[in-house]
Parts: sequence; structure tokens; C-alpha cells
Amino acid sequence: MNHLIVAPLLLPLLMGAIIVIGVNRSITLHRTLGLISSALITLITAVLLYQAINGPIQMYVLGDWNPPFGIIMVLDRLSAMMIFITSLLAFLCLLYAIKGTDEQGKNFHALFQFQLLGINGAFLTGDIFNLFVFFEVMLLSSYGLVLHGGGARRTKAGMHYVMLNLVGSSIFLVGVGVLYGLLGSLNMADMAVRLAHAPAENAALLQAGGLILFGVFALKAALLPLYFWLPNAYGFTSAPVAALFAVMTKVGVYVILRVYTLIFGDHAGVAANVLAPWLLPIALVTLVAGSIGVVASRDLRRTIAYMVVVSVGTLLAVIGTFTADAIAAAIVYLPHTTFMTAAMFLIADMLRQQRLDSGSELTPDRPVGQERVLGLLFLGAAVAIAGLPPLSGFTAKLMMLMGVQSHAAAPWIWSLILLGGLVGLIALGRAGSVIFWKTVPLDDTGLEAFSKKPHANIPRFGSACLVPVLMLLAISPLLVLFGGPLSDFGYAVAAQVSQPVHYIEAVLGSDAVAALLSAGGR
Amino acid sequence: MELLFSTCLGVMISCGVYLMLRGRTFPVILGLTLLGYAVNMFLFVSGRLQTNLPAVIAPDRLQYTDPLPQALVLTAIVIGFAMVAFVVVLALRASGELGSDHVDGRKENKS
Repeated sequence: MNHLIVAPLLLPLLMGAIIVIGVNRSITLHRTLGLISSALITLITAVLLYQAINGPIQMYVLGDWNPPFGIIMVLDRLSAMMIFITSLLAFLCLLYAIKGTDEQGKNFHALFQFQLLGINGAFLTGDIFNLFVFFEVMLLSSYGLVLHGGGARRTKAGMHYVMLNLVGSSIFLVGVGVLYGLLGSLNMADMAVRLAHAPAENAALLQAGGLILFGVFALKAALLPLYFWLPNAYGFTSAPVAALFAVMTKVGVYVILRVYTLIFGDHAGVAANVLAPWLLPIALVTLVAGSIGVVASRDLRRTIAYMVVVSVGTLLAVIGTFTADAIAAAIVYLPHTTFMTAAMFLIADMLRQQRLDSGSELTPDRPVGQERVLGLLFLGAAVAIAGLPPLSGFTAKLMMLMGVQSHAAAPWIWSLILLGGLVGLIALGRAGSVIFWKTVPLDDTGLEAFSKKPHANIPRFGSACLVPVLMLLAISPLLVLFGGPLSDFGYAVAAQVSQPVHYIEAVLGSDAVAALLSAGGR
Repeated sequence: MELLFSTCLGVMISCGVYLMLRGRTFPVILGLTLLGYAVNMFLFVSGRLQTNLPAVIAPDRLQYTDPLPQALVLTAIVIGFAMVAFVVVLALRASGELGSDHVDGRKENKS
């Protein structure tokens, strides 16, 4: 058994606990421990990703209670990619956070580690109740991080976020209870096998259970009727936290992809493809609503938060076709959108600190202090997010459009994704011109009427703040340069995801696959 | 017993949903708590209702009640309790910072 699989969970748990014990020690100690832990996890997940690309699906059996009885962690290509993205993003966000954000509260670093534990756990677990537990770990730390730093707007947005997610957790339990009552198992692979044999009289309840769970995942992923918490929660929280949360909505996307291909896939008998009629239209409407939010919001950080909604809509619209090509394209798009949105949140934070009168609102203010550096960073991130060549947004979107072109709804998907890109371009162009060009002179009369100078007492950002942002942005050209291997990897992930028998065989052995096939699945 | 149980659940859920839709934080938290109780009870009966049966396997018993939902409920109760404690603290802090106990922080308190 490969003990490395459980390290992305144990390491942040241990470090988080140590940081909590030393809560009154110096912040330098917290920073050192947090950075060491995040760097180590990034290395470990890189090794795991390498193993997953080249090897079979691996399983980690906790306490040696073999499935379907015990709790298992499963490392396939999809989960390996997700934990690697999370860890790398967390490391870069932490590098930015140690430049001051973490001093606003005592427990930032501990919460950050527990947040990593929850996200990595949700990606790795192979048990649906364990998924609930990791969701709660993730949410409880995210509640703390959303409120980090305090302030009335954060508290208000945080309260909505907390209460909505509490209702979501209750509904998750209802869905799990329905499915357990009918299937008698909580291991996802085992549920898939049992679902294939489920009698037709339970069809309605099983489908209801599946769709109840979708409601919860849609809340996590921020799909249309359930995304209203996101713009305020992401827009008003501190920048490194918002940047890290760029991956939190992807947890919802991942879980939708996992559960509705593995458990409710083609082989699921009476509840086969229960989500297929719903996901695509809902995702497309989310895309439209998010785009409207992008142009309508008067605050740069809220604009970016709405872009998170747009990217979730795009991803799930493409995944909603449930074809291998489309899933491969979505896998290529996912790291791009996560890293670029995160970079944009950090850039918006630096702009906000140098615009003392307007903050991140899109009203004219004095020029920003380091307009060349920040302007170039903004330009790079905007080009990547809007999907213009030569950066990764362009190649990823192109691949998605080609991936869905054989689907019946392709005209809708094409036009809405392209329209969403155009709207994003307009919004970012407007934001950039207001922030960098439409600046206010020092005073309207007298000698200095036309001199445009920044505010006197603004913070200036050294390389320590700029390097994490640059590293995030540098991922975009890398994704283009290594586009060939990346798309090969995307197809390899899609092959595993769209053929859940491999997953089931790795977890339960070939007998279970035979049982599944005997029920008429593929 | 099934009828009694489901009636109980229905009443608790409807009360919980009604309270959750109120405008002040205190009724909302009460509603969340009630909903949590109802969900825990629902999860408990996902192993079916049995009377007077052990959950522990013994060689001389032929029938058992399903022990797994009991373990699940225990986990759910602990998590739910922690969440309620957190949201109470958050609501107190919000009423301090926003100067109102309305969930949207409105001052006039018309709910």
C-alpha cells in the first residue's frame, strides 16, 4: 500500500494542530510551519500526480478494513490532478498572504492548513459519507477564513455563506440517507455495483436521492439558483483567501463529475444518467447569469467573483455533454481558470491598496503607485481570463469548443461560451481603462491641474508580493507550451472517468466488475 | 410506528423551514437546529425501524438492526453541534458589528 496517498491529508492536519498549540508564539513560527507544510504537500502531490499519470488507480485502505466496509482513499488521474492544483495554488497564496494578510488574526495559518486538509480529503475520498465529513472540514475552515480580518461587509457576506452551507449539509445528509437506505452501502464503487442491480420499484427514490445530492453539489459549485452567496463572499474576503477559494467551487465540479459518472453513469440501471437532462441547461443559464453579473458589477473584486461563476458554468456546460472528448477539454480548462482567477484576485488586491479613495470600486481615482508593473500584470491576467491568444485561455476554450461540436446542443454551447468570453473581455477592458487611464488629477485648479500623481502614503509592493502573482501568471504560458502533453493527460483522465469499471475494479476487484457487467452495464 | 415517525419528521422539517425563512438571526438558527434534528432522525431510520433488536452481532441472535446509521448519526450530530455553536457566535458578532440582528444587517428590523 502506497502510504504517500494519505500524506496530503495527514501533513496539513498535523501542522494545523501544531500551529494551534503554538497560537501565541510569534507569527514567524506560524509562517515557517505553514510554508514548510504547503511546500511539502506540493512536492508530495507532484509525485502522486506523476505516479497516477503513469500507473494504475491506487487505493489507500485506512485501518486495513477492506472495501466496501472501511473508509478508503482513491488516487486516480482526476483526483491526483485536483490535489496537485490545490496544493500549488495554496502554496502561492500563502506566499502572498505572509506579506501582511495573515497578521489580521491569530489563527490564519492553522485555518489555512485545515482548509487544505478538507479540500484534499474531498478530492481523495472514495466514500460518500466521508465526502460529507471532508466537506464539513473544508467548510468550517472556510467560514473562519472568509471572516478573517473582520469588518461589517465580510461578516454579513460570511453569515449568508455559513447559513446556506448549513442547509446544504442537512440536505446532503438527506440524500446520503435515501441512497444508503436503498443500497445499503456508502462506498462509491460499491454503490455503483449495487445501483446496477437495484429493483425498478425503487427507481423514483434512487433518482430523487441522486438529484438531492446534485442540489448540494450545485450549491458548492455555485450553479444558477444557488450562486448568490458567491459574489459577496469572494468579493469581500481577503485576497489570498479569495484566491484559494478559486479552487473551492472546483470541488463542486469535481464531485459532480465523479458521482454522476461513477455512481449514476450508463451502468446505473434504473437511475442511469439521472443528471444528463439537467446539467447542461442549468450550466448554460449559470453562464449567462454570471456574464450579466460580470458586466453589471461596479467593483473589480466582485467582477472577478462573477467570473468564477462564469467559469463554473463553462466547465459544467462542457462536462454536461458527458462525452470523453468534452471531459478531456474541461480537464485542460480547469487548471487554467483556477490559477488565472486566483492571480486576478491578488492583482485586484494590490490595486485596491494603492487606490485609497475608491478601493476596488470601478470609479476614477488617482493613478495607482506602480502603474507599469501592476498594469502589465493586470493585462496578462485579463488576456488569459478573457481567452485571447497567445495565453492558455484561448487554447483551452478552443479545445472545449471542439470537444462539444458533435453534441446536439453545440450551437448553444458555442454561442454562450463565446458570448461569455466577449462579455468578460468588455468588463476587464472597462475595468482596466477606469483604473489605469481614467485617473483624477491632483486638484482642478491652479498649477497642478493636469499633474496626475498617486496618493502619497500608499504601500508599495516589492518582489515578495509580485513573485507569487508572477508565478501564477507564468502557469498560463506554460499550459500553452506544454499543451500537447496536457491535452494527452486530459484524454487519459477522461478515459478513466468515462470508464468507471476501471475505478470499480481497482477498489473492489474483478468480481465486482463481473457483477456490474452481469446487470447489463458496459 | 412508521406513521408516527414520519409525521414527527414532517412537522419538524416544516417548522424548521418556516423558522429559517424569518428575517432575524435567532429564529433562523433555531430553524437550522430543528432541520438538523430532523435530518439526523431521518438518517437514523435509513437502516429501517426495528423494535428491540441489538445492533451488536452475537452468535445466538438471528436478527439485528443496522449499526451503521447509528454511527453515521453520531458523526452528523457532532458536526451539526459544532456548526450550530459556530453560527451562534457568528450571529452574536454580526449583531455587534452590523448593529442589528437582521440577517441582511438592516437597521429598521422589520421582519
